[in-house]
Amino acid sequence: MAMRFRTFLRHVREGFKNIFRNGWMTIASVGAVTTTLILVAVFLALVLNLNEMAKSIEDDVQINTMIDLTATEDDIIELGDKIEQIEGIDSVSFSSNDDELQKLIVSMGEEGEAWHLFEQDNPLNHVYIVRALVPEDTERIASEIAEFNYVDQVNYGKDVVEQLFEFNKYARTIGLALVIALVFTAIFLISNTIKITIMARSTEISIQKLVGATNGFIRWPFFIEGLLLGVLGSIVPMAVILGGYYYLYTNFNDQITFSFVEMLPFNPFAWQLSLMILGIGAIIGIWGSVMSVRKFLKV
Amino acid sequence: MILMKDIYKTYGNGVTALNGVNVDIEQGEFVYIVGPSGAGKSTFIKLMYREEKPTKGSIIIGDTDLSEIKERKVPYLRRDIGVVFQDFKLLPKMSVYENVAFALEVIEESPKSIRKQVMEVLEVVGLKNKARSLPSELSGGEQQRVSIARAIVNHPKIVIADEPTGNLDPDTSWGIMKTFEEINARGTTIIMATHSKEIVNTIKKRVIAIEGGIIVRDEQRGEYGYEI
Repeated sequence: MAMRFRTFLRHVREGFKNIFRNGWMTIASVGAVTTTLILVAVFLALVLNLNEMAKSIEDDVQINTMIDLTATEDDIIELGDKIEQIEGIDSVSFSSNDDELQKLIVSMGEEGEAWHLFEQDNPLNHVYIVRALVPEDTERIASEIAEFNYVDQVNYGKDVVEQLFEFNKYARTIGLALVIALVFTAIFLISNTIKITIMARSTEISIQKLVGATNGFIRWPFFIEGLLLGVLGSIVPMAVILGGYYYLYTNFNDQITFSFVEMLPFNPFAWQLSLMILGIGAIIGIWGSVMSVRKFLKV
Repeated sequence: MILMKDIYKTYGNGVTALNGVNVDIEQGEFVYIVGPSGAGKSTFIKLMYREEKPTKGSIIIGDTDLSEIKERKVPYLRRDIGVVFQDFKLLPKMSVYENVAFALEVIEESPKSIRKQVMEVLEVVGLKNKARSLPSELSGGEQQRVSIARAIVNHPKIVIADEPTGNLDPDTSWGIMKTFEEINARGTTIIMATHSKEIVNTIKKRVIAIEGGIIVRDEQRGEYGYEI
């Protein structure tokens, strides 16, 4: 039977009233939601940022192929063609010794001024900068390039890159596992708290049934109440994320000066995360509440 | 209207409450259920609004056979039966007004009509000035009257009351009885379990006496018949 709109309004009103009627129980539930969601939010922000940073570092890994000083222009072009034919190559770009010197000067800042002296007689090699399609292929590609003629040296920060990949692999798995564990703990804790608040109301439910209320009629206000508990519990975590992330982003992102490592931008990341927290809160609230009521409806 | 055939009821703990009960109650009757404590009066009453199911036998209310009714249809049955519970069964966190209004919200009456009917019935039971109070702020007698108001507010065909005057002072009791007689005069069937000799012997109605799970006496305009 379709519910009349005014009955739906009645359920919404009852849901709101229940929030106040249950005073301390409401505070306990909202408190549980708030605490766990703050943990989830902070952790998610951390993991997602680290993940992003790791990814950008990985993506930044490049193979510097120093070209032998004796190579002619044709040799260099031939070498470039050969490199491009290796499997798993994303891009190959040529950087002349003059470009390399300019980069060096810029990266050294004021001390780099002295290097201008070398502009007349450049001691640097021409370089092919190679990127792998998949960062993990870097080592294989580097060793293949090293076999070619006119390759003076292949440079990709072997040890650092390998350790980084290894570290990232573990960090991601552990981070993901922790987030999942945390979300489950949150669901468990919150739905338990809500369950307790509803168990205290089993008489209430049985009375409603005796007076002729259908299960749906009884369930609706609880549904609304659960939703409200979840939403109320999300307010502080959202504020923490928005405020905290804004503070960190504006104050620290500029200090992290490695060009390749950046925090995820406040907009949209912090907003997206907040919405996600709100969603998790609402779903957990409804779920905990509806699941608990279900038990008592079999009177 | 209400037809019980060969009703047996044995609880899970082995206690037999009813042991072959046959009753036929017509629409518009006023019936007292009397008998000593533990005789089976409450079970008899609970069967009618299906808080309990009989172990054996059939109960027909109107044109509904309670032994065949589907679980999800039970709420609709209960809407045609107003029940005044011995322990009131009020919703503790709702005001007097909200408790009575609940019975009308369930049948999806309009808010305007709910307000009108609730105030009217609270007037009848003399609790108009306590509409905003919570049950915990009321005396036992007042709570009983809220329970009565809730039972009669949607004009059910049958009102069942388990000791409705048990906790009330004599004046209030007579007031309640007057209310019952009034709604009975409008054609509502009233079934009332009671221990009040005075009421049964003064307002003469049909008396069904239950002892040891069977009906031992069923008389029109009967007497209470027990010494207190």
